[in-house]
Amino acid sequence: MNVELRHPVRQRTQRVKPAVIDCDIHPKPSLTALKPYLSSRWWEYLQTYGLRPRHGFAKGYPYPKAAPQAARRDAWPPGGGLPGSDLSFMQAQYLDHYGIEFGVMNPLAPSGQAEQNPDLSAALVAATNEWQIAAMSGRDPRLKASIVVPYEDGEASRAEIHKRAASGDYVQVLLLSRTAEAAGRRRYWPIYEAAVEHGLPVGIHVFGYSGWAMTNTGWPSFYLEETTENATSAQAIVTSFIMEGVFERYPELKIVLIETGFAWLPALGWRLDKIWKRLKDEVPHVKRAPSELIREHFWVSTQPMEEPEDPDHLVEVMEWIGFDRIVFASDYPHWDFDDPFLTLPPSLDEDRRSRILSGNARALFRL
Amino acid sequence: MPELKAIDCDVHPGVPDIKALSPYLDEHWRDAVEERGIPSLESISYPPNAPLTARPDWRGQNGVAAASVADLAPHVFDRWGADRAILNCLYGVQLVFNEDMAVAFARAVNNWIVKEWLDRDPRLAASIVVPPQNVEAAVDEIERCGSDRRFVQILLLAMGEVPLGRRSLWPIYAASERLDLPIGIHAGSAYRHPVTSLGWPSYYVEDYAAQAQAFQSQVASLISEGVFAKFPALKVVLIESGVTWLPGFLWRFAKFWRGLRTEVPWVDRSPAEIVRDHFRLTIQPLDGPTSPEAVERAIDHLRSDDMLLYASDFPHWQFDGEQPLPAGIPAGLTRKILLENPIATYNRLKGS
Repeated sequence: MNVELRHPVRQRTQRVKPAVIDCDIHPKPSLTALKPYLSSRWWEYLQTYGLRPRHGFAKGYPYPKAAPQAARRDAWPPGGGLPGSDLSFMQAQYLDHYGIEFGVMNPLAPSGQAEQNPDLSAALVAATNEWQIAAMSGRDPRLKASIVVPYEDGEASRAEIHKRAASGDYVQVLLLSRTAEAAGRRRYWPIYEAAVEHGLPVGIHVFGYSGWAMTNTGWPSFYLEETTENATSAQAIVTSFIMEGVFERYPELKIVLIETGFAWLPALGWRLDKIWKRLKDEVPHVKRAPSELIREHFWVSTQPMEEPEDPDHLVEVMEWIGFDRIVFASDYPHWDFDDPFLTLPPSLDEDRRSRILSGNARALFRL
Repeated sequence: MPELKAIDCDVHPGVPDIKALSPYLDEHWRDAVEERGIPSLESISYPPNAPLTARPDWRGQNGVAAASVADLAPHVFDRWGADRAILNCLYGVQLVFNEDMAVAFARAVNNWIVKEWLDRDPRLAASIVVPPQNVEAAVDEIERCGSDRRFVQILLLAMGEVPLGRRSLWPIYAASERLDLPIGIHAGSAYRHPVTSLGWPSYYVEDYAAQAQAFQSQVASLISEGVFAKFPALKVVLIESGVTWLPGFLWRFAKFWRGLRTEVPWVDRSPAEIVRDHFRLTIQPLDGPTSPEAVERAIDHLRSDDMLLYASDFPHWQFDGEQPLPAGIPAGLTRKILLENPIATYNRLKGS
């Protein structure tokens, strides 16, 4: 939401501020910022044909966002450029202000991850990966990069992961949630194989365009629905990972669900357990109960955190998920940003709070 | 008339064979079934021999379950103690692409239900099968059947061509309100879209799992489009939807509504309140945790005693043993679920 920033000197100064590792910061290069990392072939192609995601709009989005660039209105750098493009402004407004220990960057458009032209997709993700280091993490060691991959091409993704992983700057492989097929399908397995090989978790951030209707009953009308439906897509992702047997094949694989919400996860596990029990003979490769596989292989990030009328209900859901599986995310600089010191349910004790704010992410990303 | 004890809000009469509908089809479609070799309209939402489609001990000698009143009544009424039951026929009329054919088969199914079921057992009530392929024809069929008070609901599938809030469908909701026939949305797909927003999955188990996602999308659509602002008396029953997904969904949807309500100004109160006022859910499957204590917690998250309706989902294999009510339902809620909530939902069952 768009609120005035609080004064940096907080009332709680007598207490030591807990460490914060933010698992969802959005750096935003303009296409021009990516130009130094693109060949003239692709630069000229982009000038002529532009980006072509799997939707119909040459500019903007099928469902207009809540704000320009889906950003906080105060996140536009005073010196110009897009929210998330200016490191020094990001430092002042966010990293320094909140004393962020580490922040994992998740670049979204124009990263080219789901661009229809597969060769352009591969070129754009490579440029985005290089830009993250040159413009951001190379200049501020608090920022950690994600390897963005041209995920509709499994082998090209594998190659991109191999190319980047040796540098310690990248802490995860990043996919968007609306892939052309559900993420457990075999075409994506080279991505998981490479991630496991390099000991990197796979983060799946909401949005993107699968090309299919955003609900299994057709296209909704409103951005309110589009963003709500990110949770249903995430449910299909978890279901697919489990029923395709991905975790039997890659037992070391760790999946981080980013900006999907999490209150739906226990109920999904209960449903899948029950159906799996009935239909086991259809998926004999799934050896363990779905809820066990979820408990072992999935992490969830906090923002946007569901808000029940009774806050204790959320704590119960967190208990069902496991306090070792929840990591803090702010979504800076987007409009629905969460403040690390105001967001978590007040009834959480210091141990649980500190695990969510930093401990779980520190272990997950080996920071 | 003796006091009712329980109403089973979801049982499934099975069309044993497409020929069973022949007497109820006009000549053109009766001939078409023969001449074009139309084998059946059964849906892959419930593959006929899949374990979930019918509990093994409820299948007859030919493998078919619930093909007649005699197959259904001993379980639903005699063993589990319901006094009334609502028939939801899932024959795949909604899947058909030819709207004339869909209209013909919807009429045939409804007439078959009257003759083969409702006329044979006064404890049975039924939902009206409608052809959503053509809204005008759907309304005609609602009005035709609705004059028979034994039809108590309008049946739609969870996955159709467009989300159910879309305004092209509103004449159906106007008819629903006018004739006091709640909208029942049942699991199932017309297969106009893949069953996930990420395309077609590999396995049937994913298809069935995805039903719960469709219900989330339908609740979001019906509220966002303003259906309840336009039709304040409308009631919607989510049937075989699962239950435990609802609280977490509402916490998310209501939060986004607070942030984005300028986009849908006709939604003038929290979606959580709208859902508690307008939506009901059948109890099988609950999709609850294994421990009864956790089931009680999950049900508490609904923050309403009025929303759950008893259903066995016969002959779908949702439970083992002979107790359709899941363990962990708070004792104080049992009577509400078995009787009071269904009666409050289906006015046509009052005093009938």
